[in-house]
Amino acid sequence: MSCFISKYADELAKNAAYIGTPGKGILAADESTGTIGKRLSSINVENVEDNRRALRELLFTTPGALQYLSGVILFEETLYQKTASGKPFVDVLKEGGVLPGIKVDKGTVELNGTNGETFTQGLDGLAQRCQKYYEAGARFAKWRAVLKISANEPTELAIQENANGLAMYAAICQQCGLVPIVEPEILVDGSHDIKKCAAVTERVLAACYKALNDHHVMLEGTLLKPNMVTPGSDSLKVAPEVIAEYTVRALQRTVPAAVPAIVFLSGGQSEEEATLNLNAMNKLQTKKPWSLSFSFGRALQQSTLKAWAGKEENVKKAQDAFLVRCKANSEATLGTYKGDAKISEGAAESLHVKDYKY
Amino acid sequence: MSAFVGKYAEELIKNAKYIATPGKGILAADESTGTIGKRLSSINVENIESNRQALRELLFTSPNALSCLSGVILFEETLYQKTSDGKPFVEILEENNVIPGIKVDKGTVEIAGTNGETTTQGFDSLGARCQQYYKAGARFAKWRAVLKIGPNEPSELAIQQNAQGLARYAIICQENGLVPIVEPEVLTDGPHDIKKCAAVTETVLAAVYKALNDHHVLLEGTLLKPNMVTPGSDSPKVAQEVIAQYTVTALRRTVPPAVPGIVFLSGGQSEEEATQNLDAMNKLEVLKPWTLSFSFGRALQQSTLKTWAGKKANVGKAQEAFLSRCKANSEATLGKYSGGSAGGLASESLFVKGYKY
Repeated sequence: MSCFISKYADELAKNAAYIGTPGKGILAADESTGTIGKRLSSINVENVEDNRRALRELLFTTPGALQYLSGVILFEETLYQKTASGKPFVDVLKEGGVLPGIKVDKGTVELNGTNGETFTQGLDGLAQRCQKYYEAGARFAKWRAVLKISANEPTELAIQENANGLAMYAAICQQCGLVPIVEPEILVDGSHDIKKCAAVTERVLAACYKALNDHHVMLEGTLLKPNMVTPGSDSLKVAPEVIAEYTVRALQRTVPAAVPAIVFLSGGQSEEEATLNLNAMNKLQTKKPWSLSFSFGRALQQSTLKAWAGKEENVKKAQDAFLVRCKANSEATLGTYKGDAKISEGAAESLHVKDYKY
Repeated sequence: MSAFVGKYAEELIKNAKYIATPGKGILAADESTGTIGKRLSSINVENIESNRQALRELLFTSPNALSCLSGVILFEETLYQKTSDGKPFVEILEENNVIPGIKVDKGTVEIAGTNGETTTQGFDSLGARCQQYYKAGARFAKWRAVLKIGPNEPSELAIQQNAQGLARYAIICQENGLVPIVEPEVLTDGPHDIKKCAAVTETVLAAVYKALNDHHVLLEGTLLKPNMVTPGSDSPKVAQEVIAQYTVTALRRTVPPAVPGIVFLSGGQSEEEATQNLDAMNKLEVLKPWTLSFSFGRALQQSTLKTWAGKKANVGKAQEAFLSRCKANSEATLGKYSGGSAGGLASESLFVKGYKY
């Protein structure tokens, strides 16, 4: 009972706390080969290893950007890649004060007998893989569980399976020195209102933290990566202040204070929306014993990607765009974002793709 | 929201928050007739209504004591009693900004097939009873669930049963305007060390908050009354800073920030021990999103009781003893207790093995 104290306990707590440093957040650059392929094809770039490498090099070597990041989540291939001049990405990040992280799940599979609900795979041999990743320099991991809202969803089965999967993954990570980011994403797809999203989010998070307790996970050495609480994608939008209120209240009702930081996913919000919502949360005058930050993928890279378009001569332009979003989100973690970030093409563009498959 | 937001929501939130005011705490004066009988007999006082009334009047009219209290938990009989001048106790409390509360459980019964583990009764007509109590002036309630530590205890059955019971009680209270104090007491009996107590407390609290979520309880309108995390009664004592560390860690791992206040039970600790432990917790330099206060029965009344000894002539001195403990605990909620209000009586352990209320 209670948490299992791994030999890495102090390191886990220290790293988790560091990732939650106010003013910093996470770049989620862990798109699998298939997923990054979709991004590259949207800018007419061929999905070959060198292009994948070039994109990540563009991001990690953006002058001045790394100071706004405490972590970068990588896909396995990227963990072992280097810059064009031969410097391992992991070293570039470490020198910039950024912890390398690694996606360890192997995607979702449908749950039999449900209406398209899923669970996440990747537990087989997970401990061995985590040890290897630790040796390669990774210090945190990420595992995405997915739930959806519909007439009868999420079902108790889907909630339990995903909560349990997250807890098992988290316990294994901690035994291997990796801070587990716990990500129970509730998709935004649907016509439900914000109250429904809040109710489901609270129910899912309560189940997650019960499972984490059952599996003896040390909360001080974890992070949470939840969805923000918003209306469904087919529903009317609401102001950032409303999203902030519902989101923080849901977290107050379910996330113990021992969790050092909450790093939101952007889930299809535009770059600007995601930043404004995060900012509103940090301006809210209410109890927040965990820091509130970002773990954005699309919402940090969209305009950068468009500016780059795969061309060497666009690298500087693209890096400028990336720096703008990093800085904006850094300010949002402090509640000081004034919405004056130079809006590049694409920054206001919704990134929602129905029933998004990674 | 997951939470049931009924017509009393705003009031519940307001009252729970008030009870959690820093510098204040709860006097648990809800001893059932049988239990108060044991206390009275320990000072050779007969267990009749007028004596029970006299004791409570002594407490509630102690000059300046009420300013240290945000709530008093009453037994049903006391809710309807008056001072010897005919003033309802409820009015005295209300006039002094102390919220009257009411014990609504009906004691524990053994769960068959377990090794002496129990569940708590009291659901029959609970809603209707809560309505009556609300009309009589009560604004919060209390329900005590009990778990014990043993080689195979607490069992999953006992944890689930008690967590479900607390959650069901809590939602019924909220439907009827009473802030539920959720009390999952893990008894201190046993030779286990503080780590074992911590592990069990964390497991129990996690189960309790999952159950509260399942039952749609509005956490902002509740309070938690847990045990402190300590070594077992047959184990060597540890310093208050250690108790504070383990206790606050356990709470940070399980109690959502939405809960406004945590009001500890004293469970057999001496008056002085309980105060010092509470003080140490409030001195701890770590983020605590709920206030940490007291809901003490024995640990507020012990020396008062002995000083009174049932004699009218002793009332003044007894009231001073009571004020002294109230002030000490008020300071402890602010981390400002400097010790020293311990008379010999205040250091007396109040531990009774297998304590039955």
